[in-house]
Amino acid sequence: MKLWATIAWLAFLFSVPLWMGDLYVLHILIITGIFIIAAMSLNLLLGYTGQLSLGHVAFFGIGAYTSSLMSLGFEVHLLPNWLVKLEPKPVWLGMLTGIALAGACGWVIGKVSFKVRGAYFVIVSVSFAEVVRLVALNWVELTQGPMALNNIPVLRLGVPGWFEFAFLRKPANYYLVLVAAILSYVLIRRLVSSRAGRAMIALRENEPLATSVGVDVTRYLVLATMIAAAMAGAAGALYAHYVRIVDPDVFLFIYTVTMVIMVVAGGKGTLAGPIVGGLIFGLLPEVLRAAAIKPEVQWVVYGVLMILVVYFLPEGIVPAVRNWWQGRARREAAEPPAGRPAAEAAR
Amino acid sequence: MNARAGIELAVDALTIRFGGLTAVDGATFEVRTGEVLSLIGPNGAGKTTAFNAITGFIELTGGHIAYRGQRLDGLKPNQIAALGVVRTFQKTSVFTGRSVHDNVAIGLHLRSRQTPLAILLGLPSVAREEKELAKEASQILRFVGLEARAGQPASSLPYGELRLLEVAVALAAQPKLLLLDEPVSGMNPVETDSFMKLLAQIRGQGITVLLVEHDMKMVMGVSDRIVCLNHGRVIATGSPAEIQRNPEVVRAYLGERYARAHG
Amino acid sequence: MDQLLQHGLNALILGGTYALLGIGLTLIFGIMRVVNFTHGELYSFGAYMMYACVMLAGANFFVALVLAVVLGIFLGAAIELVLLRRLRGADIDTTMLVMIGAWIALQNTEQLAWSGVAKSIDNPFPATPLVLGPVSVSWNRLFVFVVALALIVGAYALINRTRLGKAMRATFQDRDTAALMGVEIGYVHTATFAIGSGLAAAAGALLGPVFVVYPTMGDLASLKAFAIVILGGLGSIPGATIGGFILAFMEELGAGYISSGFRDGMGFLLIILILLVKPTGLFAQKERIG
Repeated sequence: MKLWATIAWLAFLFSVPLWMGDLYVLHILIITGIFIIAAMSLNLLLGYTGQLSLGHVAFFGIGAYTSSLMSLGFEVHLLPNWLVKLEPKPVWLGMLTGIALAGACGWVIGKVSFKVRGAYFVIVSVSFAEVVRLVALNWVELTQGPMALNNIPVLRLGVPGWFEFAFLRKPANYYLVLVAAILSYVLIRRLVSSRAGRAMIALRENEPLATSVGVDVTRYLVLATMIAAAMAGAAGALYAHYVRIVDPDVFLFIYTVTMVIMVVAGGKGTLAGPIVGGLIFGLLPEVLRAAAIKPEVQWVVYGVLMILVVYFLPEGIVPAVRNWWQGRARREAAEPPAGRPAAEAAR
Repeated sequence: MNARAGIELAVDALTIRFGGLTAVDGATFEVRTGEVLSLIGPNGAGKTTAFNAITGFIELTGGHIAYRGQRLDGLKPNQIAALGVVRTFQKTSVFTGRSVHDNVAIGLHLRSRQTPLAILLGLPSVAREEKELAKEASQILRFVGLEARAGQPASSLPYGELRLLEVAVALAAQPKLLLLDEPVSGMNPVETDSFMKLLAQIRGQGITVLLVEHDMKMVMGVSDRIVCLNHGRVIATGSPAEIQRNPEVVRAYLGERYARAHG
Repeated sequence: MDQLLQHGLNALILGGTYALLGIGLTLIFGIMRVVNFTHGELYSFGAYMMYACVMLAGANFFVALVLAVVLGIFLGAAIELVLLRRLRGADIDTTMLVMIGAWIALQNTEQLAWSGVAKSIDNPFPATPLVLGPVSVSWNRLFVFVVALALIVGAYALINRTRLGKAMRATFQDRDTAALMGVEIGYVHTATFAIGSGLAAAAGALLGPVFVVYPTMGDLASLKAFAIVILGGLGSIPGATIGGFILAFMEELGAGYISSGFRDGMGFLLIILILLVKPTGLFAQKERIG
């Protein structure tokens, strides 16, 4: 995108809370923004590196739970006579820990994924997410299980004693998520246009050739998974301190599916893909709800849409639009406006 | 194993078995620094298998391989590439979805030193290095004659140019020893001639070349020495003239008519 | 000790139906290389068809069972013909995504049709369980076990003694050569998907009356089926059978002696452990090519 277009688009995004009076719409935008961050991270793994990771929601949830638990504090018996206690910590510290822990899990999964490729890795990743969900559901002492973690504090930034800003209201959270999303985009973009990004793409396109010129497969799989996991963890942490309730449902497979649809339909392996996909599939449920359509129908629509996209726009919406645009420009450049004389003659 | 002066690659009693099949059976040969050595032999003689073993794509059943004294067997392909041993593939192998320029840029992977942290932080050294890499990629494309195709997708290239791109990608990895697996197969005589000139230039850069080829005109034209394999064993080693006269080779491979015509 | 025996017996019975799920998926995953996310939906489809026939249409229990399986076979064939045919030769991501889309669509259609309330299905067996010394088993479950065993034997016979089975085995080993030898790959694929789906539907139809029927019951079934396939090795019917029983035993023992909440987690832990240690599964066939 050209520079002026980018600036205009950003200016528009930053202006939204100033004129959007409907707080519900802001809420939808915030949630969509969080999902877009998660989708961008999945795109790094699924789109650029070509890893069929279907357990991505695990990193999201780990980020959410870690950050919440750190900021709420907890008491848990790791062994019958060994009590581990943590006092509540500032939210920003919780968030950073959540990101770090999610990234660490990504490191582990990345190492595993080298041994177990293709369809088997799909299953491992799904199983991993399910195990984490079951842990969250059953380790009630730590996570409150289905009763959920409540009253999660909001992010507060500032200098203690001097001033402090609490991200309590929707406009504040909108800006927080927007800045986080822009940061995520910049990081991903830097990565994929660098030697590391080229290595990841090379792994996806032609692994033997990539290794023959020196690309270390394990290293870049692990790197991609780690960064994707950390970013998803960040999205999860943002989510936790915005909605302020976190329960094991955050690990449901259906959320991974949502992210996958966003990436695939938007255009995997493109920078704009997850954003476009995220906007469409983040806002679509609201449009359908406004039309008084039951949530089940919405999911049926999602499922059918996914199938149709895979059949007719296999690379996703962004590449399809790009190709169409380029094709049109090429056609117009090739053909002089020869139709005019004929049209005039016909008059 | 100590490096003997002037020996680039030492293959010692190389044996490779798959299931019940012995693809390479105690093959021993060496590649001298600066030379162009060709591996010839009928189909199934074990040439590509040997290549795969040398570059770490398959495991050896027995024997050793050493590059300038350093053991290669047991190393992963990317580690072997980092030592300076780079190969091309028998079946055309490029990054089809990427542009010609990007293909070479990927090949320059080992050249670059940017760390992930520096990349994420967007340090100016990263941007500087990217510019240098772009220049190098253009240079390499000019060297093989593909600079006009830089922006085009690799998939749009005609066959002959695809094979040139393969060589460009391999060259980007800065090989000291370049292994070319049937580089001119499928090329017409004009393209083959062109490639022979390119090979001379590669050699002029000080790169040692190990070549697998069936095109006898090319083999006889570019090689300093030739090693002939049959049924996984080395049956002859020597200069092109010696190989042509060697009765074993003639019988196994070259055919009576060629020998009579050129002997 | 008595508890252990009871757990063992429960596991044996559960294992039979798990084996059906596993065999169905190992055939589909193995022969067609499709990550079949709809497998669980066929399982719940079978259960819902039982419900519809027995509770709504008042049909005979055994007739309903047969009908449910037959309908499952048809649904499987339909999915293959409508969705997968055109994707022949596409990479595994593409088919996987289509299967996910189909899974979502199917599950929510089921939710719309039947609502989320769990349904129970009456069975014609005596209510008092059969007591065999220290253990007891309900007649319903015994019936399930017997039918499951029969179907397992039937599947084994189909694969190893019929022409279709031979064609399926050939396609599994080396698709291209099989095609060159005159095997109708399209027909084999449709048949494989149909049979695999039929087995899943059978498992659902058998277990529906034992437990309750609800729209998301297929999800766990799907994941367990994958666990069994990985445990037993891709394409191996004996492996899937043994894998089914192993999973059932681990679940029963885990639920009985560790925590009932982790029952379902057993399967996933198994998957992860096995894939880390021996990625090809416990009973992988060595002749696997391609």
